[in-house]
Amino acid sequence: MFSIIQRFFISLLVVFAFVSTANARIEFDITKGNVEPLPVAIMDFQGDEVAQNISAVIASNLRNSGLFKITDKAAFIQKSLGVGNPPKFEDWRVINVQALANGAVSRLGDGRLRVDYRLWDVFAADEVFPGKRIEIEEKFWRRAAHIISDKIYEGLTGEKGYFDTRVVFVDESGPKNKRVKRLAIMDQDGANVRTLTRGSDLVLTPRFSPTRQEITYMSFEGGQPRVYLLQIETGQREVVGNFPGMTFSPRFSPDGQRIVMSLQQDGNANIYSLDLRSRSTTRLTSGAAIDTAPSYAPDGSRLVFESDRGGRQQLYVMSANGGEPRRISFGNGRYSTPVWSPRGDLIAFTKQSGGQFLIGVMKPDGKGERILAEGFHNEGPTWAPNGRVLMFFRETPGAQGGPKLYSVDITGRNERRVNTPSFASDPAWSPLLD
Amino acid sequence: MLAATSILKSPAFLALALGLAVAGCAKKDKLPDNSGQLGLNNGVGNGSGGAPDGSQQQFTTEIGDRVFFETDSSTLTPQARQVLTGQAQWLIRYPQHPITIEGHADERGTREYNLALGARRAAATRDFLASQGVPRNRIRTISFGKERPVEVCNDISCWSKNRRARTALSAPQG
Repeated sequence: MFSIIQRFFISLLVVFAFVSTANARIEFDITKGNVEPLPVAIMDFQGDEVAQNISAVIASNLRNSGLFKITDKAAFIQKSLGVGNPPKFEDWRVINVQALANGAVSRLGDGRLRVDYRLWDVFAADEVFPGKRIEIEEKFWRRAAHIISDKIYEGLTGEKGYFDTRVVFVDESGPKNKRVKRLAIMDQDGANVRTLTRGSDLVLTPRFSPTRQEITYMSFEGGQPRVYLLQIETGQREVVGNFPGMTFSPRFSPDGQRIVMSLQQDGNANIYSLDLRSRSTTRLTSGAAIDTAPSYAPDGSRLVFESDRGGRQQLYVMSANGGEPRRISFGNGRYSTPVWSPRGDLIAFTKQSGGQFLIGVMKPDGKGERILAEGFHNEGPTWAPNGRVLMFFRETPGAQGGPKLYSVDITGRNERRVNTPSFASDPAWSPLLD
Repeated sequence: MLAATSILKSPAFLALALGLAVAGCAKKDKLPDNSGQLGLNNGVGNGSGGAPDGSQQQFTTEIGDRVFFETDSSTLTPQARQVLTGQAQWLIRYPQHPITIEGHADERGTREYNLALGARRAAATRDFLASQGVPRNRIRTISFGKERPVEVCNDISCWSKNRRARTALSAPQG
């Protein structure tokens, strides 16, 4: 009925109710930021070194989510557990472990790995889900760990995970006045970094297709800045559309069939969408303003974008077919780079206020603004596919300064650095790979 | 010692030294001198500064290849108009150069907006040059947003030098 993490939280509230006369209101929503990390044990998977590596990546993923506290292995009473047997629940209750994962890795005749794993609810003395199995090429062992992490996350929270995902970003190297920018891609945890462009052309604002292994981005190739489409696996590349000016700030529609972007003409930027099958284009905004950073609602019906039509950058929502936009941001400052959550419930943005660049979220009607990250310069949020975590870049000032990637959950808790080989900006999260 | 240092660093000395250095290889400008017809009045391009007539170097050092903008503005300041008036006269006199105006923004803005802001600055600069008689179809524009700063310190004086439109005598480059 309740997920384990909800039950755990209710138990904390019950304790709270005994010591307080306040009217404690039970709150199940893990977005509210008042959830204690759930104590979870990840036993080393049985097998050789790759088994240990898989369990270590699972523990790291769950810990990084901020929702789980990974119990130190030194505290374990039951030291080993075969994948075919239930745990001694009492041994885990004593050390206050709420959930326990174990597994085993074996090798198939064709060299692939077989990973069997189980997830136990210690206090209910039962399985969270029946034992599961993954068979995968050994070189993809990290993916196996991410897929298992997602299943555990889902089993314990009732929400989809986001670990089996990748992030495309702009890798930045060299001195600040001669920065070389390349597209690069990595696993969400910073592993398996690979560059996708050579660095000879300035490239910016990569965005993942929600449906395919494709990226849309902007390149200055040939001295003509415009939007491109790149197939990640083949490296095949093409210009998107045939526009009489700079095209920039592209983003896919939720069905992956359209790209929406800005076209610059003279001093004005207007928003256009392009159908990737028919190649027909539709103009969505007009007028003497900078309209940019368009982002679709997950149902594809509406767009949020930024415009200075009112004097300075603010957020506007309009129908995906165009029409009269409605301003939604009214706080003190300027708002930009809006991105609609894949869940539909929030819009993330960059806000410039008081000499700072902040990352925040608001509801699609503009209400309920919350700031999640503050400081000299934070910019360009992107959503994890479950809508629970944002990644963005933070720039440090001065000649030696540069951008680095950070993630934060939508409660504003659990801010952490995402490691990259050099400076990095413009992260864009992929959908779950599957 | 102090005096010697300041002389060595003075623009006149540098211009003289550069002039001497390039004098041996500078080709005589073959274009007709039509400065009278165009009403050029300030010695532009007469070689007095040392850089070869009609060269990028002359344009940069004697005319000034860039103008600056206020924060989040693409309005040309009186100072910018003055520089661009000189640019227009020079560009009309030396029509062999392709012209690309690069618009730039400082780092205190978001990436996408700054691309559009740089384009606005380039367009304002192009429009002014065209109003002064430089053929519009000779001028291309490109925006680099905040991606190509020339100054990298962290204060207002540096940011103001990065909010610029540069007139480059070449085809656009990535």
